[in-house]
Amino acid sequence: MIKVLHAGIYNTVQDQGRPGYAKWGIPVSGVMDQYAARLANTLVRNQASDALIEITLGQGKFQFSERTDFCLTGGDYSPKLDEEVLETNRVYTAKKGAILTFGKRNYGAISYLAIPGGIRSEVVLESRSFSKGITQNRLEKGDELKILRKQTQSEQGYARIGMREEHYHSPTLSCFRGPEFDQLNEKQKQRLFALFTLSKDRNRVGYRLNESVENELKPILTSAVLPGTVQLTPSGKLIVLMRDCQVSGGYPRVLQLSENAISALSQKVAGEEVSFEITEQKNG
Amino acid sequence: MVNESLIDLCNLWSNSVSDLSKYNLTYKPFGPSAILIEWPAQIDEDIIRNIAAFERSIQKKKNISDTIIAYNSLTICYNREVNFDIEITQLQKQYEEVKPLQDAKSKIWQIPVCYHPDFGLDLEEIARVKKISVEELVRLHTAPDYLVYFIGFQPGFLYLGGLDEKIQLPRRANPRLRIEKGSVGIGGEQTGVYPMDSAGGWNIVGKSPVDFFDITKPKPCFAKAGDRIKFTAIDRDAFHEIAVEVRAGKYEPQFEPL
Repeated sequence: MIKVLHAGIYNTVQDQGRPGYAKWGIPVSGVMDQYAARLANTLVRNQASDALIEITLGQGKFQFSERTDFCLTGGDYSPKLDEEVLETNRVYTAKKGAILTFGKRNYGAISYLAIPGGIRSEVVLESRSFSKGITQNRLEKGDELKILRKQTQSEQGYARIGMREEHYHSPTLSCFRGPEFDQLNEKQKQRLFALFTLSKDRNRVGYRLNESVENELKPILTSAVLPGTVQLTPSGKLIVLMRDCQVSGGYPRVLQLSENAISALSQKVAGEEVSFEITEQKNG
Repeated sequence: MVNESLIDLCNLWSNSVSDLSKYNLTYKPFGPSAILIEWPAQIDEDIIRNIAAFERSIQKKKNISDTIIAYNSLTICYNREVNFDIEITQLQKQYEEVKPLQDAKSKIWQIPVCYHPDFGLDLEEIARVKKISVEELVRLHTAPDYLVYFIGFQPGFLYLGGLDEKIQLPRRANPRLRIEKGSVGIGGEQTGVYPMDSAGGWNIVGKSPVDFFDITKPKPCFAKAGDRIKFTAIDRDAFHEIAVEVRAGKYEPQFEPL
C-alpha cells in the first residue's frame, strides 16, 4: 500500500483511459505521457494497461506501507527515498515505512510512480483513470492506494533503460494539419510555425500558449475535438488540448499533434519554447 | 459498443421520415487515427438524423475505439493509425447503404431555471445588446422545446437546437475560467446547461438546480439524444428548495412522453 502524505498540485492515478463514451461526453483521459508511462510499466514488468501514479511538477510526498519495489520515470525532480538520492528510470526497493519526496527540478513536468502489480483504484467505465465528475478528481492527503496484484520480487532483477533525451528537451512538436487549417491565411500560417512559449495555464485538460496568432476566423459549429487538437481562440491565443479534454468544442482546430508530441508537450513547463512542425499524412 | 441513445434517436426520426436523404459529405483525416466526416454546416434536424443513422451503421467495427457526433459532423476514432484511402472509400460505400430504423422512446423534460442576475451573469448585458427587456429575453429562452442533438463538451452537457434567433449571441472572446455547475448559457445559435463547474465561453443567462450528470446512476445522463428540453422559469426560493431535494437525492427530473 502507498499512502499520500502530501497531495501536491494535481496528482492522479492513470491508466490507458476510457475511450468509447463520447455519447455521454466523457473524456478519454489516461496518462499524459505515454512514453514515460510505458517505460515505467516495462521497468517493473507490468502490463501496459496497468495503472500508475501520475505526479505533476514534482509536488507530493508518499509513504510505502510495506516493502515494495518501485520506479520513477518522466520528469526528474531530484527524488529521494528517505535520505537516499534516487535516479529516474531505475527500479528500487523501498523498506516498509520509507518516504518518497521530491526536490529541485532537473527536467520535465510529469513523473510516473510505478509499482509491480499496478495501482488498484476504482474501475469506472472500464478504466482506473481519475477524471473530474467520473471518479475522485485527484489524490488527497491521507489517501491509501492498494496494489492490484501481489507480485513476488524478481530474482533476475530489473532492466535499466536509457532515456530518450529529445523527448524532454526538443522544442519541436510533430503534428498534422487540423480540420480548419486551410482557412488560415499565409500570415497566420507563418506565425503558427514560429516559436511559442507555454503559459502557466496548464492542466490535464489543456495547455495554453502565451503568444497570439492574429485571428479573424469565425467559430465553427461545435464539432469533435481530440487530445492533441490545437484550437485557435477568438482572442488569438492557442490552446493545445490534452488527455482530459472534452469530446467537442467550437474553436477552429488548426493543428492536430502526433501521439508522441502530446507526450512530449506534457513534459514542458511555463516559459519553455515549443514549435509546431507538420508531418505528412501517410495517405488520403 | 452500441450507442443506445442514438439508436433511440434513429428510431424516433424514422417514424417521421420515410426516405433517408443523402448529403454530399466531406471526409478529412483528423490526426493519424481519426476521420472527420462533415455535413453542411447547419443546425438542422434532417442533418442530425442522417448523421445518427450513419453512426449506427458503423458502430460495430472492431478497430473503432469511439464515434463522436456533433451538429454537422461524425468523427470516427480508430485504435491505431489509419490508411485513409482505404477507410474513406469503405465509409463512402457504407454511407450509400445507410437505412433508417424503427420505433420511438423519446421524452420531453421540464427543466427549472432561475433567471436571476445573481445566476445569469450576462443576462442584463445580453438584453442591452439585443435591445430587449430581461423579461422578454427569459420569455424567448423558455418558449421552445429544444431538441437534444448530442452530448459533448463535458459529461452530461446537452447540445440543444431551437434557440430563437433574437437571442443568439457569439461566445465570449475570452472564456471564463470558472462557470458554476447548473449555469445556463447561450453560445452562438446554441444553448445549454453546464453539468459541472468548468471553464467556458458561453454567455450565462441563468442557473438550474438539476443534476445533468451523475456517475452513480446506471444512466449517468437522464436525457439522451432525440429527447426535448423545456426550460421553466423559477424564482430564487424555488431554486433553493429544489437544490436541497437534489442534494438529498430526492429529486427526479420531470418528463412527459414526446
